[in-house]
Amino acid sequence: MNTLLELRYIRHAYGQQTVVEDLSFTLEKGAIGCLLGPSGCGKTTVLRSIIGFEPISAGEILLNGVVISNASFCLPPEQRHVGMVFQDYALFPHLTVRGNVGFGLHRVGKVERAARITDMLDTVGLTHDAEKYPHQLSGGQQQRVALARALAPRPDLLLLDEPFSNLDVTLRARLSLEVRHILKSQNATAILVTHDQEEAFAIADQIGVMHQGQIQQWDTAYNLYHKPANRFVADFIGEGVFVPGKMLDPDHVEIELGILQGEVAHHCCPACRQCRSGGSVDVLIRPDDIVHDDGSPIRAAVMHKAFRGADILYTLRLPGGSTALSLVPSHHNHPIGEKIGIRLEADHVVAFSRQV
Amino acid sequence: MKASNGEALKSTGTNPNTNIVNSFYSSSVRAIRTSIGWRAIPVFIATLVLIPVGTVVSSLFAPAGDVWQHLVETTLAELLVNTFWLAVGVSLGTALLGVSLAWFTAVCDFPGRGFFSWALLLPLAIPAYVFAFVALGLFDYVGPVQTGLRTWLQSDLVWFPNVRSRLGVIVVMVLAFYPYVYLLARNAFLTQGKRSLEAAQSLGFGSIQGFFKLSLPMARPWIAGGVMLALMETLADFGTVAVFNYDTFTTAIYKAWFGMFSLAAASQLASVLIVIVFVVILVEQRTRSGMRYAETRQSARIDRIRLSGWRAWSIAALASVTLFLAFVLPVSQLGIWAASVFARDFDQRYLEFLWHSLLLSAVAAVLTCGFALLMVYSVRRHPDRLTGAAVRISTIGYALPGAVLAVGIFIPVAWLDNQLSEMARRLFDFHSGLILQGTLVTMLIAYLTRFLAVSYNPIDSAMHRITPSIDEAARGLGLTGWAALRRVHLPILKGGIFTAASLVFVDVMKEMPITLMTRPFGWDTLAVRIFEMTSEGEWEQAALPAVTLVFAGLLPIIFFMRQAEK
Repeated sequence: MNTLLELRYIRHAYGQQTVVEDLSFTLEKGAIGCLLGPSGCGKTTVLRSIIGFEPISAGEILLNGVVISNASFCLPPEQRHVGMVFQDYALFPHLTVRGNVGFGLHRVGKVERAARITDMLDTVGLTHDAEKYPHQLSGGQQQRVALARALAPRPDLLLLDEPFSNLDVTLRARLSLEVRHILKSQNATAILVTHDQEEAFAIADQIGVMHQGQIQQWDTAYNLYHKPANRFVADFIGEGVFVPGKMLDPDHVEIELGILQGEVAHHCCPACRQCRSGGSVDVLIRPDDIVHDDGSPIRAAVMHKAFRGADILYTLRLPGGSTALSLVPSHHNHPIGEKIGIRLEADHVVAFSRQV
Repeated sequence: MKASNGEALKSTGTNPNTNIVNSFYSSSVRAIRTSIGWRAIPVFIATLVLIPVGTVVSSLFAPAGDVWQHLVETTLAELLVNTFWLAVGVSLGTALLGVSLAWFTAVCDFPGRGFFSWALLLPLAIPAYVFAFVALGLFDYVGPVQTGLRTWLQSDLVWFPNVRSRLGVIVVMVLAFYPYVYLLARNAFLTQGKRSLEAAQSLGFGSIQGFFKLSLPMARPWIAGGVMLALMETLADFGTVAVFNYDTFTTAIYKAWFGMFSLAAASQLASVLIVIVFVVILVEQRTRSGMRYAETRQSARIDRIRLSGWRAWSIAALASVTLFLAFVLPVSQLGIWAASVFARDFDQRYLEFLWHSLLLSAVAAVLTCGFALLMVYSVRRHPDRLTGAAVRISTIGYALPGAVLAVGIFIPVAWLDNQLSEMARRLFDFHSGLILQGTLVTMLIAYLTRFLAVSYNPIDSAMHRITPSIDEAARGLGLTGWAALRRVHLPILKGGIFTAASLVFVDVMKEMPITLMTRPFGWDTLAVRIFEMTSEGEWEQAALPAVTLVFAGLLPIIFFMRQAEK
């Protein structure tokens, strides 16, 4: 595996307002990365800096080990060999699907060009729509044309800016898997920007959670969910609540529901003794950490419930007054106000020192 | 539907069964009758357009008279050549100037961009013929520019280009008509946004390559539309070429009619012009169909290509020179002339010209808007093929040159007049003389056919905002009939109607050939006065009416700019 893209401490500002600060990550060849974050966190700006639409004011961006952007230099976008799928697709309305897909193939011969177009149309499943105009296509089809157009010139790196935000939810889920499949089949390296974590989980190998112009954690989906690096990531990814707890020793935390044992992924300075034993912490409890068990002595009152098909997400009030979520198979249908038995079933612990 | 429900409800009280059946019949009969009424309106207006067209076109096949024979032998070839070069020159010139200014103000950033982007529309307020006589007054041999240069350089200025030339007419028309191309092309570039250029860049094109390979082809339907508008104005133009003594079909029609007193020859000349115009219309409609595919979604953020140094300044210079030549210079010169003759010319006669112009414009505005409203409603009620075709024919009048319309309407009116007076003589032994000729009726019919499209388009697009669900919502809240019309439709249509009325008002005020050829004897307007003074080279005396027209023309432009800024 070799590194394709590297961002080193980049900074970007619109006038006085700093949008991205000290941001770094690397991406291996053939990997699919994702910048995930709420709107306005600067993720699109990072993408536009990588392709070169936005100059950066500090740091550097390297592609294939060559600097393409730094504070004093910005290689023009058309020379970077980086492709992009735009949020609104930006399909060319005056060209057919074939014309759109072939648009970027201006440096190859006629025969090769035709072959590549046919190949791409086949890959995205639009062979029969080649002569149609963009306005004759559905949203999902337009999306695929945009993808095919960007992939056709075999860019070193493909950027996708909120590619599914214009589609309805059911189509989104299906297309995101399909796009991953297409990207992998083309052996493409790609970075996706989105605010939708399910989309990020479905497509990306590695995800960077962004907040206030910085990457909070660059990791796999599993680690983001189960080993969040800080409170923001813990809050932003998945569902869960913080319950107060007390460190007994570096491997044990006591909360109201019992003692949690396991590797405690607490985040404080390594030297902090207080956190390691006897300190007050907030422990992240995910809905799947609390299991419904009629035989359990611990009873919690149902405050709120949300039916989700296979499961019901219960919001529970614990005997001590704190709140917790629990995901329960949906045939365990309990009315609001009833006290149900619960049991703690967590094999690892996420705790942060108590916020004052 | 609505009527039958109401009738049914009312009648259930007395004798339910028969009355319901009766009222059903009567209301459906009424429905048919009103539907015929609604359909009749567009058909009537379409006929009104078709009559002059038919009249003129039929003279294409009429036996050639002596005058026509004479014209064919002497001037026809020259007219064709003149028209051809004028059309080519103005199309190229407006395209070049309009597109480049549109691109720079829409996509690039340079000093004064915000100001120029609206100021470059100002020349629309100056009628081309006003522009023409100012240019002649300024740059002709005896004009202040050449005289000044001669005394300053102490030379004969043999190198100074002759202003009264083909090139002179073309330059004047390009400066007068480029805003059409500018407006449409700018709109296209703005809606494309920077996004499409970025897409091209991400596919390996530089920004200059991207402009030629992408932005320009994408904007092509709009650019072509703008050039077509400029071209139709050129073909219809009478005043400018008359000032320059540059003979085209419109001036030839006028001369044949009022110089050689041959309405037949005028009509035959008009028939040639109408064939040329139809070719242009055909091309125009094809480019229009191309506009359909392009979506007009404004991209959220327009960030422009920041230019600096000599590039930015040379673009600013181009915009400044255009604005100076096309607006600042003519308006200042007009102002100077008008000021010098104000004391003498601002008299009873001027007020009479003004009154005639205002009256005509107002009546024509009310008339065209009224008919446009009726048409819009009949399309809404019966969007079938017949109505659609009738509307398309009705709105084609804007492409017909005023000189052609004047001939095409005058001939049938004169015929009708003869029939009427003949009938009056036979039946009542009464010598009625001329009934319709020499009244405002001929003129107003001609205005109606020419400017209906101008009022139809804004009202139609306002009507598109009243979706069927708005009607249903109004009905759901208990509003029907007049109440719905007054409280829902009228407030939504108001802006469109106002736009339409003000556009027609100004257009009629500026209109020259129709007014000149069909007005009642001695019934002069501002435009007619300008024609008469300029044909004698009395530039100063034409200045006061011209200034008035420019002011009138500025009002809607300023209004629309403020509208656009909101």
